Amino acid sequence: MIHSLFLINASGDIFLEKHWKSVVSRSVCDYFFEAQERASEPENVPPVIPTPHHYLISVLRHRIYFVAVIQSEVPPLFVIEFLHRVVDTFQDYFGVCTEAAIKDNVVVVYELLEEMLDNGFPLATESNILKELIKPPTILRTMVNTITGSTNVGEQLPTGQLSVVPWRRTGVKYTNNEAYFDVVEEIDAIIDKSGSTITAEIQGVIDACVKLTGMPDLTLSFMNPRLLDDVSFHPCVRFKRWEAERILSFIPPDGNFRLLSYHVSSQNLVAIPVYVKHNITFREGSSQGRFDLTLGPKQTMGKSVEAVLVSSQLPRGVLNANLNPSQGTYTFDPVTKMLTWDVGKINPQKLPSLKGSMSLQAGASKPDENPTINIQLKIQQMAISGLKVNRLDMYGEKYKPFKGIKYMTKAGKFQVRT
Amino acid sequence: MTDSKYFTTTKKGEIFELKAELNSDKKEKKKEAVKKVIASMTVGKDVSALFPDVVNCMQTDNLELKKLVYLYLMNYAKSQPDMAIMAVNTFVKDCEDLNPLIRALAVRTMGCIRVDKITEYLCEPLRKCLKDEDPYVRKTAAVCVAKLHDINAQLVEDQGFLDTLKDLISDSNPMVVANAVAALSEIAESHPNSNLLDLNPQTINKLLTALNECTEWGQIFILDCLANYTPRDDRESQSICERVTPRLSHANSAVVLSAVKVLMKFMEMLPKDLDYYGTLLKKLAPPLVTLLSAEPELQYVALRNINLIVQRRPEILKHEMKVFFVKYNDPIYVKLEKLDIMIRLASQANIAQVLAELKEYATEVDVDFVRKAVRAIGRCAIKVEQSAERCVSTLLDLIQTKVNYVVQEAIVVIKDIFRKYPNKYESVIATLCEHLESLDEPEARAAMIWIVGEYAERIDNADELLESFLEGFHDESTQVQLQLLTAIVKLFLKKPTETQELVQQVLSLATQDSDNPDLRDRGYIYWRLLSTDPVAAKEVVLAEKPLISEETDLIEPTLLEELICHIGTLASVYHKPPSAFVEGSRGVQHKRLAGSAGSGESVESPDTGSAAGVSEAPPAVIPSQGDLLGDLLNLDLTPPTATGPPPAAAPGMQLGAMDLLGGGLDSLLGGDIGGSPAMGAGFGAPPAAMPASFNAPVSGGLDDLFDLGGGVGMTMGSYTPPKTVWLPAMKAKGLEISGVFVRRSGVIQMEMTLSNKAMSVMSDFAIQFNRNSFGLAPAGPLQILTPLSPNQTIEAALPLSTVGPVMKMEPLNNLQVAVKNNIDVFYFSCQYPISMLFLEDGKMERQVFLATWKDIPNENESQFQIKDCHLNSDAASNKLQGSNIFTIAKRTVEGQDMLYQSMKLTNGIWVLAELRVQAGNPNYTISLKCRAPEVSQCVFQNYEAVLKN
Repeated sequence: MIHSLFLINASGDIFLEKHWKSVVSRSVCDYFFEAQERASEPENVPPVIPTPHHYLISVLRHRIYFVAVIQSEVPPLFVIEFLHRVVDTFQDYFGVCTEAAIKDNVVVVYELLEEMLDNGFPLATESNILKELIKPPTILRTMVNTITGSTNVGEQLPTGQLSVVPWRRTGVKYTNNEAYFDVVEEIDAIIDKSGSTITAEIQGVIDACVKLTGMPDLTLSFMNPRLLDDVSFHPCVRFKRWEAERILSFIPPDGNFRLLSYHVSSQNLVAIPVYVKHNITFREGSSQGRFDLTLGPKQTMGKSVEAVLVSSQLPRGVLNANLNPSQGTYTFDPVTKMLTWDVGKINPQKLPSLKGSMSLQAGASKPDENPTINIQLKIQQMAISGLKVNRLDMYGEKYKPFKGIKYMTKAGKFQVRT
Repeated sequence: MTDSKYFTTTKKGEIFELKAELNSDKKEKKKEAVKKVIASMTVGKDVSALFPDVVNCMQTDNLELKKLVYLYLMNYAKSQPDMAIMAVNTFVKDCEDLNPLIRALAVRTMGCIRVDKITEYLCEPLRKCLKDEDPYVRKTAAVCVAKLHDINAQLVEDQGFLDTLKDLISDSNPMVVANAVAALSEIAESHPNSNLLDLNPQTINKLLTALNECTEWGQIFILDCLANYTPRDDRESQSICERVTPRLSHANSAVVLSAVKVLMKFMEMLPKDLDYYGTLLKKLAPPLVTLLSAEPELQYVALRNINLIVQRRPEILKHEMKVFFVKYNDPIYVKLEKLDIMIRLASQANIAQVLAELKEYATEVDVDFVRKAVRAIGRCAIKVEQSAERCVSTLLDLIQTKVNYVVQEAIVVIKDIFRKYPNKYESVIATLCEHLESLDEPEARAAMIWIVGEYAERIDNADELLESFLEGFHDESTQVQLQLLTAIVKLFLKKPTETQELVQQVLSLATQDSDNPDLRDRGYIYWRLLSTDPVAAKEVVLAEKPLISEETDLIEPTLLEELICHIGTLASVYHKPPSAFVEGSRGVQHKRLAGSAGSGESVESPDTGSAAGVSEAPPAVIPSQGDLLGDLLNLDLTPPTATGPPPAAAPGMQLGAMDLLGGGLDSLLGGDIGGSPAMGAGFGAPPAAMPASFNAPVSGGLDDLFDLGGGVGMTMGSYTPPKTVWLPAMKAKGLEISGVFVRRSGVIQMEMTLSNKAMSVMSDFAIQFNRNSFGLAPAGPLQILTPLSPNQTIEAALPLSTVGPVMKMEPLNNLQVAVKNNIDVFYFSCQYPISMLFLEDGKMERQVFLATWKDIPNENESQFQIKDCHLNSDAASNKLQGSNIFTIAKRTVEGQDMLYQSMKLTNGIWVLAELRVQAGNPNYTISLKCRAPEVSQCVFQNYEAVLKN
């Protein structure tokens, strides 16, 4: 099981360590540092590193490496999932997960880690239960605690831990009863030079914010549930009902949670929201290169494409870029060779473009690699897979809640090759 | 106000200051001080000096303060064992607290204090907590047993905690069940042979119920535990699969992968034609694809496992090629893994897409990735023959880019393509030669030199090219030197007239000026070959080379099977068996996939304990003397023709050879046994001891040597019994033998299926038997004329005679077999149905039968029951006749049919039988009479087997 945890910042300092069994010396991290040195980029450190007596399993989140030490055969995914859970919990508690936030709340962090694992076995990882055990710090509470001498630690048994619905605490009360659901889809795609789709898939999630009194039992049905053939559910969802009727039936956790995530695979037809016309060329023997890029909307079902951000890693030989955007602003970092163009909203009548020239190192040969263009965008009020919620019903409680559903499409790893 | 204030007191007398604060009367000040202490501890400062002061704060009603002190205790108790005793009392008291939260906290903390003296006091409270009314306390206590076991294993066993823990598997609360399983699994890891997790259908059912209700982490423990179970039949297997499948939709990827493991393993037992099997295959793909959209670290582990899964069952993901396409900002470790899987999934159907992608990757920035992409193109060419031409042209395009490392990788893979498809793509050689100068990596240089040497006759200036390499001969790496030497010798053999000087030069460089023994030796061999017999040299150096195999880096099938059982673990990430690297697993248990119902049940060990599959009872264990014996057998086995004609022609030889195994062993072993020449002598001259040992009862020593223990449980002879696995591939370096004995028109045959599950070609097969009860011996050499290439299976029928040497075996029908191939000698034992030995003329005259029946003393009569047989007496009689059991007379007395039957064994022993069949009663009674009553048991088993099939 998980033996120890080390938190390491970007500059390679261990700023927190926690041991659940016997103490493992910090020097074990030297193997991690070696691997870190070998890796060209911070994210290229391999997630599993063997050492003579231990294994180091790490994740990189918010520029902090969370390095778990294990000694016996433990499923690595188990460890990685747990580490992600730790990060999420910190974020949940402190708003951000940074070195400063962790150091500022070190005692809470320590208490949390102690509650999350016992002897390396996960104990309480549900945020509802943790919050009952250890109250998240707020400015008000810190002040009150200082004055009255009360503490962050809850005094009762975390009842949720034993009930049939461990994700929901009992005795929840709200004056305004609300249930909001966000259907958020990210489209991952690779588009080739000629503009045809090589692969495109959609990662969707339904995130919920449920603030309902008592023990509500919700059902959510879809207009087109057949889209959802590859889904992962929050444990609260009754799987049998889904199998039989394609209806999501569940007693929701209190507050924010991810109800389900789904995947619409590359085998289905995936709509591509934008197209890119590009012409990036370098001529042999010339120290100039041409850069010409135009964006336009494609399959957006009439919705507008917003918050478009184009970025591209230009070849190493490029010294500078002298470009002219028809809208928005662009920057070129001559050190990292990263070109970013903040386009904003695409107006279908007047397509945004970025044109100009690039200067190359004098005498350098024509760069070999073709830059890839990365696009970020947002489309409100549309799920690009076409998923639509049919209705949301509540049973088990008498009041009438306020319900809301929002759709959004984002670009995930949306890449255009040139 | 934040906790960072606790770090600010880094002044001189920090410890002193804290000490004062800890002993303050004010509650608040005390708590603040403890917080400061903890803060210092977390950043690795030594605050152990404050131990007594902190422990003093322990007796408090404030839960937070208590927890903080507990935290401190866990960290420092080890360094202050005497002081830690002070805390025991409070712990014991807290374990009795009214609040279950406090009880659990106390028992949890106590287990974390790794001090022997304290553990003694822990036992009583722990025992109570394991039976606590509150499930929260019970589940905490379950984990505590694992903690205690880690500190003092003996204590846990003595106190009987393991049994209590086992009882908790049947607890009503799913979380308690999950934690008990987790604790037992951890303990079992240090006790590989204990039957801690004794899985039977009842416990499995309880685990499956708990699986639905416990937390995600508990589900992982339970699934991993389920994966160790071996279902009794395909029905059970299917029902477990059905109940595990919903886990594939879990949000936690570790749960998903553990579920995949269970399904992959249990699927093996399902018949392939079952509808459910196809459904299951379809259900496995989406969750695996979904894992690839998670964080890169998760993707990496998933990809390593998918790599195993596509090798075992490529059909699962064959349509999902696109999800493995690389995004340019994937971390390098993800890119490389995706590439590997792309090659594994490449087929004629998708090769165009794959090639286009690979070409794209070859222009990326990351050097490692580009190199691997270029190699991948070569692997595609070798794997998918139809694509070879396109691959070659893609590679040529890439060579035109003149990017140095791309060119070098391309040349290395083109060499492989030449070796797979000789005389097809040599037209590209000219293009390759243009890039000769730019090659600076040894592997690429060696590859180019190999190409020049191999095709010297088509390259006009081959001599110049090779000569240019020769200039810096001593600066080259060994790889290049060896290749250059061989290439020049090839060139000389092809164009002897103009290259004599060159070959002289390289031979002298290699033999006289080099310190490398490999190079020198090779040089000398060539030299000598060329000077004594150029024709022979040509045959050796220019010999036709075997084609390289399809896929180069597949995992050995036996290892793959083991790894499939370990999906989701570190073993699956490293593609090594767990025994190879995990510390602390003191014993090694190899897991294997269970064979599907068709291919034989005998692989499974009878022990369905914590390990699935073969663990401790291999069918043939050769004791330490085995090596020596191996040499002996080896000698006799070598060329199949040397074993001589059937025994009738040269009984002396045959016996002499067998004698090496038998009584004459000692006399022969006298001197040096290792070298085969000595053996040759022993073989050539039939030893004087031979006649004496012939027919002599065999000494016990040999029994020990061949103590093959509880052999394989096999289904016994029926008319056409299915083949059973006699020699699993695990035991025989990849050679798997399954077989069956049949008697056809008076000839006994051993029909075998030999499969090569290793990566290399097998040849030179030979077979030999140990002496056995009825003198079975091969009647001729084993006829396997062609070598057995990897993954190939061959059928062989070996006719047997019954005139071989005799030794009584236990059980009587046991046969010990040695099989030799070019790799090694392997041993196994199998049991033949005794009906093989029943002669066709086994029908006795009625009178003789009566006389003989009376003549055989009654002590020799044995009675058996054959249960659940639904044949009537005539059908039974007919069936038995097929096995040469002849019915001589039938009598019906009070509704009971009495069949009188006889059979004759090859060694002349008669067996008489009286079979009583009562209409409506499925139980038969059989009485057997024979002058050698030892055979009765075997004969009875044979009856049973024949009648029930």
